[in-house]
Amino acid sequence: MQPILLIVFLPLLAAIIGGLGNRALGNTVVKAITTGALFIACGLSWPIFISFVGGHAEPQVVQVLHWVQSGSLTFDWALRVDTLTAIMLVVVTTVSALVHLYSWGYMAEDPDQPRFFAYLSLFTFAMLMLVTADNLVQMFFGWEGVGLASYLLIGFWFRKPSASAAAIKAFVVNRVGDLGFMLGIFGTFLVFNTVSIPEILVRAPGMAGSTIGFLGMQWDTMTILCILLFIGAMGKSAQLGLHTWLPDAMEGPTPVSALIHAATMVTAGVFMVCRLSPMFETSPVAMGVVTAVGAATLFFAATIGTTQWDIKRVIAYSTCSQLGYMFVAAGVGAPGAAMFHLFTHAFFKALLFLGAGSVIHAMHHEQDMRFYGGLRKHIPLTFWAMTMGTLAITGVGIVGLFGFAGFYSKDAILEAAFGAHTSIGMFGFWMGLLAALLTSFYSWRLVFLTFFGKPRWDQSEHIQHAVHDDHHGHDHHAHSDDGTAGYHPHESPINMLIPLAVLSFGAVFAGIAFHHQFISEGSGHFWLGSVAFGEELIHHMHEVPTWVKWAPFAVMLTGLAIAWYGYIRNPGFPAKLVAAIKPIHTFVYNKWFFDELYDRIFVRPAFWLGDKFWKLGDIGLIDRFGPNGSAWAVLQGSRVAAKLQTGFLYSYALVMLLGLTAAISWVLVH
Amino acid sequence: MTDLPILSLMLLVPLVAGIVCLVVSSQTARTVALAATLIDFALGIVLWMKFDVGGAQWQFQESHALFAGFAWKLGIDGIALTLIMLSVFLMPICILASQSIEKRVGEYMAAFLLMEVLMIGVFAAQDLYLFYIFFEAGLIPMYLIIGIWGGAERIYASYKFFLYTLLGSIVMLIAMIWMAQQAGTTDIPTLMQYDFPVDAQKLLWLAFFASFAVKMPMWPVHTWLPDAHVQAPTAGSVILAGVLLKMGGYGFIRFSLPMFPEASAHYAWLIFWLSMIAVVVTSLIALVQHDMKKLIAYSSVAHMAIVTIGLFSFNVQGLEGSMVVMLSHGLVSGALFLCVGVIYDRLHTREIDRYGGLAINMPKYALLFMLFTMASIGLPGTSGFVGEFLSLSGIYQVSSWVAFIATTGIILGAAYMLYLYRRVVFGEQKNADAAAMPDLSVREWLMLGPIAAAVLWMGVYPESFLAPMRNDIAALDARLARAKPESDAKLTMGAPKPHEETAHEGGAH
Repeated sequence: MQPILLIVFLPLLAAIIGGLGNRALGNTVVKAITTGALFIACGLSWPIFISFVGGHAEPQVVQVLHWVQSGSLTFDWALRVDTLTAIMLVVVTTVSALVHLYSWGYMAEDPDQPRFFAYLSLFTFAMLMLVTADNLVQMFFGWEGVGLASYLLIGFWFRKPSASAAAIKAFVVNRVGDLGFMLGIFGTFLVFNTVSIPEILVRAPGMAGSTIGFLGMQWDTMTILCILLFIGAMGKSAQLGLHTWLPDAMEGPTPVSALIHAATMVTAGVFMVCRLSPMFETSPVAMGVVTAVGAATLFFAATIGTTQWDIKRVIAYSTCSQLGYMFVAAGVGAPGAAMFHLFTHAFFKALLFLGAGSVIHAMHHEQDMRFYGGLRKHIPLTFWAMTMGTLAITGVGIVGLFGFAGFYSKDAILEAAFGAHTSIGMFGFWMGLLAALLTSFYSWRLVFLTFFGKPRWDQSEHIQHAVHDDHHGHDHHAHSDDGTAGYHPHESPINMLIPLAVLSFGAVFAGIAFHHQFISEGSGHFWLGSVAFGEELIHHMHEVPTWVKWAPFAVMLTGLAIAWYGYIRNPGFPAKLVAAIKPIHTFVYNKWFFDELYDRIFVRPAFWLGDKFWKLGDIGLIDRFGPNGSAWAVLQGSRVAAKLQTGFLYSYALVMLLGLTAAISWVLVH
Repeated sequence: MTDLPILSLMLLVPLVAGIVCLVVSSQTARTVALAATLIDFALGIVLWMKFDVGGAQWQFQESHALFAGFAWKLGIDGIALTLIMLSVFLMPICILASQSIEKRVGEYMAAFLLMEVLMIGVFAAQDLYLFYIFFEAGLIPMYLIIGIWGGAERIYASYKFFLYTLLGSIVMLIAMIWMAQQAGTTDIPTLMQYDFPVDAQKLLWLAFFASFAVKMPMWPVHTWLPDAHVQAPTAGSVILAGVLLKMGGYGFIRFSLPMFPEASAHYAWLIFWLSMIAVVVTSLIALVQHDMKKLIAYSSVAHMAIVTIGLFSFNVQGLEGSMVVMLSHGLVSGALFLCVGVIYDRLHTREIDRYGGLAINMPKYALLFMLFTMASIGLPGTSGFVGEFLSLSGIYQVSSWVAFIATTGIILGAAYMLYLYRRVVFGEQKNADAAAMPDLSVREWLMLGPIAAAVLWMGVYPESFLAPMRNDIAALDARLARAKPESDAKLTMGAPKPHEETAHEGGAH
């Protein structure tokens, strides 16, 4: 049996067994089955990846089953394994396995654990189907499958109204993107008469320069197809305009945020653009759009990240921003750099989220950083893990010596944007540089607010509840003056700490270990044509001026310095600054008012229109002048006839019969 | 094919059982009805197994001249086969779902069995008048089911149902008589090859349209459907949504398209406009409903619009997609009405706000309801996706505008279905009586389980359902080729740009 079949279908099997077995099997059995399946999948994935890194593997496609065959539109269930897939396989299975393990501890007190683990495994299966897709429709299957799992997991605590609302929002906003994706698939089929990805990629260059009609206008064929598909990617990867679901998705349990809304699902859009990069290459306009959207998002999300108080929301906006970096890379023709950042980001962002989960666990579900402080001494292992993650995301490193994971991948993106020598590329570069400063600021702000300074827990309702519950009926000194309210945070259990340790290892070494394969000259031997990553651009990346190489380092230090000044040296400063720029802060703090805007122009009008169409259209117009009107007319005209009938049923049957007899006799006479 | 007149047998079994039901006790009537529908389902499976995929277009033909050219002519192609399978599959489930009926059980069962006879008859009839009789007579048992066993406002609903459907059927009958005169035959396969003058086609098309549009139902003649569904007992809704609505689509694919290809092309934009309006308007209406059944009824109108759009896209993907949407919608909306019925039986209200938090006390129900919700939304891997995807890809080849508007249905559909699911299944248990409801019983599992399996089967391996109809669709596509509308895509090749191509080649290798 092909290992890829086990990798993909074991999680599905585990999800089915766990989901249907549920309480009959019990917590431990379901947890063991799902987690075991994921560790096996992970164990089988790494050798595949290593063989591609070593350069002695061939891309292959494993057929599973016919799916649809309708005229010339045919597509099958098939699993494609090439370099691009291999990268995603290790990312998905590794983070998923670790998140499964972590959830043993994090979800230990939840009454619904089997359901949670089944959903996690189901998600992993769908994600694996997405990354192994050989045709656009199977990619769409995985795409929607992860959407379903995301919906179920965001709404996992379904009793909370905010959780189920966030779940719907995630699904529906993603569907807006899917509208683009679906139209893109239809258009691709119309143009190429196939939905097979390899065939499309081979034939795409031949279509360059052709035009096609869409919504009444003539477009450059490849431009419109790529833009439609990219709209799908924007939805899934939460890019500007379709990003509103991601922060709300933090309603889900934190392990979910780490797996789905940081490391894997949200990167599906980036994966799609990279997978189709030879197609996007044929349209400079579409590439420009990808870069511009990525650049706008990375800046926009980073600004919001600097103002939020909820620890998970800060990381969520950070994710949104980092995804923007990946799109910039893909848009300037460096999908290798995009995938590299995707790869390293998976480790350090999952680490940050799981670390945040560990903090939340220790702080009795308090998520507001205003009520943290001084946690360094209480949960030192979590502190160190979060620090590793922060060093990685801010891109700490010395050129030519050593750097944390993000140092290699983020700098590669900035160099690629600069080295592309296009105006849109320069836009991406400057936005990226600016956002790198913001990234450094909000990341260190998070660390300083959480782990440094004095405890500020006594203001937290969650902590007060915890203290109250613990000491109920006992004699104690709850009103201590040290800001702790008498609460003692505990370090997380070992099954939560192991994933943190493994991911910390990845956050430290993933960059230096693999940068040679992903983004160096000669990386063509690694990619084997699975992405369109020109040697020329790689060359340009390495030729950028020295100041470009050092600029990220400089802005990183600047961001760190500002955060240090504002949250350690002079803690009164941020409040003063906010007061000084009140309107700007309000705008940014309220997330640029996107939610309010969408509510006004989409949500409320939809309900208003529905109501009007129903009460005025269906009832007021159609029914009034249709059936009710004619009933009235008939009644006026035939009061006598109506009286003759004993009941409505019989009159109908009689009319039917008479009508039929009359009709048939009429035919016979002719 | 075979000596056994299997189609007549499938009509005879429920007919006899129906008569028996009228005279025996309630409990016996239930058993008889269940047995008869199961036998018919078994016969259906035999039919499916024996159907020669890729063989003759018309199989299992039976023909007995009766009088004056009027003949008992039965026979099926792949299209009819799949719809017959749908009917006989849903019938035993409907009988199981009728456990809560206590009034005049014998007559109720008889009405359902008669319904089954007429449904199979519609799909199997090969004589124009025979078809008409089955088609229109199908109204009678449905009318009775709503009028006698329905809810509080059953009289108004059944009356509206009757008024709408009768209206269309009269003009259709006149058209049929004219066609028989003109072509000199009432044999449907012959008529499908007959070329009527284009001007006559247009009138005939409109006459048939009047009937099929109501049955479908298309906007704006859809308002009978929400009322009929709301008032009908659960099993009535299942059959109404599951099979009766498919008769309109079947009519288009069997009559309008092959018999009047030019007229169909001529009026395609009428269909497109009505369907586009239906997708947007009825989806929005579904969003604001407080009554579960009404919501699902409105969603049916939106889904049926995808069927009509696909049918009139004049290509294989559109036609096959429409057929799959019909089959899928038959299963899924049937299942959704059963899901409503399950909780209606416990709480006796369809008011959405009276429920909430059912995931807590009815987790198994929540799981199945989620599956059918997702199938309704068209999640890939379920039957809903395959049909919707093919239909929409079919229409995209004709008009990107129509495709764009129709595809917004995937957003709106997700919104109203998930909003429904949230209000019923998620949240806190705010009503004590709803919180006390027990989870699915064995009988309810037997109803919903098989549909769930069929929905997944059709989603993962639709080939089983596409294969029998492939040749029939291809034949229809060939017949429609002469009237094919022009695509708005207008793909124009530009001058190749060699330097960019070489640059790409360098990048890829």
